[in-house]
Amino acid sequence: MTQNADHVLDHFELFRGPEYQQMLANKKKMFENPRDPAEVERIREWAKTPEYREKNFAREALTVNPAKACQPLGAVFAAVGFEATLPFVHGSQGCVAYYRSHLSRHFKEPSSCVSSSMTEDAAVFGGLNNMIDGLANTYSMYKPKMIAVSTTCMAEVIGDDLNAFIKTSKEKGSVPAEFDVPFAHTPAFVGSHVTGYDNALKGILEHFWDGKAGTAPKLERQPNDKVNVIGGFDGYTVGNTREIRRILNLMGIEHTILADNSEVFDTPTDGEFRMYDGGTTLEDAANAIHAKATVSMQQYCTEKTLPFIAAHGQEVVGLNHPVGVSGTDEFIMALSRITGKEIPEELSRERGRLVDAMADSSAHIHGKKFAIYGDPDLCLGLAGFLLELGAEPTHVLATNGTKQWAEKVQALFDSSPFGQNCHVYPGKDLWHMRSLLFTEPVDFLIGNTYGKYLERDTGTPLIRIGFPIFDRHHHHRYPVWGYQGGMNVLVWILDKIFDEIDKNTNVPAKTDYSFDIIR
Amino acid sequence: MSLTKTQSVAEIKARNKELIAEVLAVYPEKTAKRRAKHLNVHEAGKSDCGVKSNIKSVPGVMTIRGCAYAGSKGVVWGPIKDMIHISHGPVGCGQYSWAARRNYYIGTTGIDTFVTMQFTSDFQEKDIVFGGDKKLAKIMDEIQELFPLNNGITVQSECPIGLIGDDIEAVSKSKSKEYDGKTIVPVRCEGFRGVSQSLGHHIANDAIRDWIFDKIAPDAPAKFEPTPYDVAIIGDYNIGGDAWSSRILLEEMGLRVIAQWSGDGSLAELEATPKAKLNVLHCYRSMNYISRHMEEKYGIPWCEYNFFGPSKIAESLRKIASYFDDKIKEGAERVIAKYQPLMDAVIARYRPRLEGKTVMLFVGGLRPRHVIGAYEDLGMEVVGTGYEFGHNDDYQRTAQHYVKDGTLIYDDVTGYEFEKFVEKIQPDLVGSGIKEKYVFQKMGVPFRQMHSWDYSGPYHGYDGFAIFARDMDMAINSPIWKKTLPPWKAVPKPALMAAE
Repeated sequence: MTQNADHVLDHFELFRGPEYQQMLANKKKMFENPRDPAEVERIREWAKTPEYREKNFAREALTVNPAKACQPLGAVFAAVGFEATLPFVHGSQGCVAYYRSHLSRHFKEPSSCVSSSMTEDAAVFGGLNNMIDGLANTYSMYKPKMIAVSTTCMAEVIGDDLNAFIKTSKEKGSVPAEFDVPFAHTPAFVGSHVTGYDNALKGILEHFWDGKAGTAPKLERQPNDKVNVIGGFDGYTVGNTREIRRILNLMGIEHTILADNSEVFDTPTDGEFRMYDGGTTLEDAANAIHAKATVSMQQYCTEKTLPFIAAHGQEVVGLNHPVGVSGTDEFIMALSRITGKEIPEELSRERGRLVDAMADSSAHIHGKKFAIYGDPDLCLGLAGFLLELGAEPTHVLATNGTKQWAEKVQALFDSSPFGQNCHVYPGKDLWHMRSLLFTEPVDFLIGNTYGKYLERDTGTPLIRIGFPIFDRHHHHRYPVWGYQGGMNVLVWILDKIFDEIDKNTNVPAKTDYSFDIIR
Repeated sequence: MSLTKTQSVAEIKARNKELIAEVLAVYPEKTAKRRAKHLNVHEAGKSDCGVKSNIKSVPGVMTIRGCAYAGSKGVVWGPIKDMIHISHGPVGCGQYSWAARRNYYIGTTGIDTFVTMQFTSDFQEKDIVFGGDKKLAKIMDEIQELFPLNNGITVQSECPIGLIGDDIEAVSKSKSKEYDGKTIVPVRCEGFRGVSQSLGHHIANDAIRDWIFDKIAPDAPAKFEPTPYDVAIIGDYNIGGDAWSSRILLEEMGLRVIAQWSGDGSLAELEATPKAKLNVLHCYRSMNYISRHMEEKYGIPWCEYNFFGPSKIAESLRKIASYFDDKIKEGAERVIAKYQPLMDAVIARYRPRLEGKTVMLFVGGLRPRHVIGAYEDLGMEVVGTGYEFGHNDDYQRTAQHYVKDGTLIYDDVTGYEFEKFVEKIQPDLVGSGIKEKYVFQKMGVPFRQMHSWDYSGPYHGYDGFAIFARDMDMAINSPIWKKTLPPWKAVPKPALMAAE
């Protein structure tokens, strides 16, 4: 018997005991009709070859281990960034269970969202009654200030009309006529979660700015000196939003952070569950129309929102998840140019500290090859940072990256001598990445939690940056934007590099001459 | 923390009834009427818990339930390790359920084993408009080329498939023929079917019947020499290794486990199961259908068992043994005796730390009753419980064998109800899922995830009980719960606070 009351063995130890090992070996041999181990080995080796890579890249229909999710996830993420707003997803209820679980697993926080729970009858007759009852229940139970509606693919396939449904629901008294119910159609078979973020945010702004679906006069823009900032779909929203706000305050810029979910995804444990916390006030969301300009930290999360804002007369700036010195420079100089505010000495000093740190550590990063995957903007931001560290972002892959995105990444490669041997892969998945890592190995992989399978199979050490991160805790509380955020990313990369060097030099009397105490 | 200890059963019942009335008051009238049928206070001696179940969730209330796809792909089929399960439709469903359920297995992932991978047809607008059958056929070809050691394919339908009129059965049949009778199983588990995961379990069970059992030649010989002691484990998903810490006990008592459904299971094991002498059924809710089918068609009896906590384990081992000869009956006694010292040591260590603590549960289709015995072995008391997707037969079993007089019962509980119940009852521990975990921890209530074992486990079997006891102790007795209020605000707080 392996188990022990005084020293309880967990799954990772328990099953290594001889009784279990014997049992599992018997199970396999007797009952699983297993493949010949030599054949398994042969295929395992074959899957590492250029020949396999060619077949793998010839795939036209099958997607394996994609690095993207579907639209409504992004819509829910954006909606909870508004004051006391409950996301309401019209369609099948299982989807909502999935979004809530997914967000909770990343942020280690509650994630509140409701569904209209459509079933077979709604598939036949449409989901109007589900909307009518659903809005009434949500409003009575959870007392939100706003309910932001989006859709699952079921509602999209049967063609439910949100605008008409919400209007009818209001007529039937589900919620008061003046109650804010912005909406966005977010079909899961178009784009990805970043598209859903974009659609939901645009839907909310459209609601407030363009006359609340014909129930109020459109707002007249009266320009002021404020700046709106949009974070985009961002796993680091908690740390990043706070860092952006700090920078704006340092520069003395009056601002509105749109879809600010940094509080609701970081509530304290103090005896009270806050279903709603923080968020952009509805008043600020409406008044955001008057701002001088809107800066989106992630262009590909705001492809429709930014032109919508621009059409209302504001200047818009789209950045690509800026990480590091140049990215942050661009952000801060844009803020300064738009507002006429000087860049304070404190930020110059922060910049200097990041440059200092990069100079101190550059020898360990310079010339190292990296593979990066993630959302389009994150890939651009990280690739830019690696280039300025003298590293090579050899493979850059975004399952939800488009051709235009690929051109932008290529232009970034072309701007640096370190980008000369780098390649971009739009629309590819992590099984493609597996082939890339086998056939053109790199030193490190940067990606989300699912990258651990690539690390296991190819031996490429994984630096966890992205969304979702399920198997490491609390990194989302740290910023990756701003000079201080760049410092965090630098440290995460360096920690992995040093851990790897130590791991590769620790065999006594064999390799440990390099097991240096100073690096 | 708990208030229940000082109250009589009558007082508890009165309080629970009052609580139910209180939560119902928040709803619009129509909804209050519907929800009232799902909430009750258990009366000892009744044959069920007095609640309606397995009916549609009310829109907009924040149900905890999932969908039929989750029941089929996520629960029943997903763990079958040597088959490739295609999440057929848009990317999200497969993405959110990717490797999230901790169905442990042994195998070379991506080569001969595929559980923790996400295969999807990633539907685009054109697939919705023109249909996805051609794409599906091509996907199967690409799977055959890139994953040649797969032993079969299943098609797990997402919502759009049934709405756009795709014929996944035709594609599966024609591809099966093309690949020499390869097992290819179309599953109609679109998320809008039924009211929860539960119909997905049933559909998945039926798909095994129709596309695996019915394809086996009736006189085909077993791939192994049968013995009188062959059993199959049905309805154990090997979460954190549960099926392994169960299998070892069955084998130690002299039985031979010829199949695991479906945790760490393989196609060969599914196919071999009609040769079993007894099916032992852990998760009744998700796999009673196939057990009944095998009883009717192959004459295999089935026996429900419960491997949570030493009392129920011993009871179950004896019950299983009762289907066999004295050799097995003696084997069961031997196993019980062998683990007695370990159980005594676990209880000696943890019971004093947990005695009298109260628990509220809300889990899927089995655990809301099955884990009660394990808590009681530790001196704890379950004061409220409910099923996410249980049926009336689950509530009958709960009433007849598990819950105490006055227990608060909540079926398909809403977020609001659950928070209010916990706020008022103030249990020492809540056991539910990831969506509930952080809500209650914010309120200062110790919590364990009882779907995923909170990334721990196994909890089944004797080895698992040691981990279960340790985990419950560490949740409840964590020093952090004494720190939820800053010292400058530390006044005794009468109640936990749910969101308003």
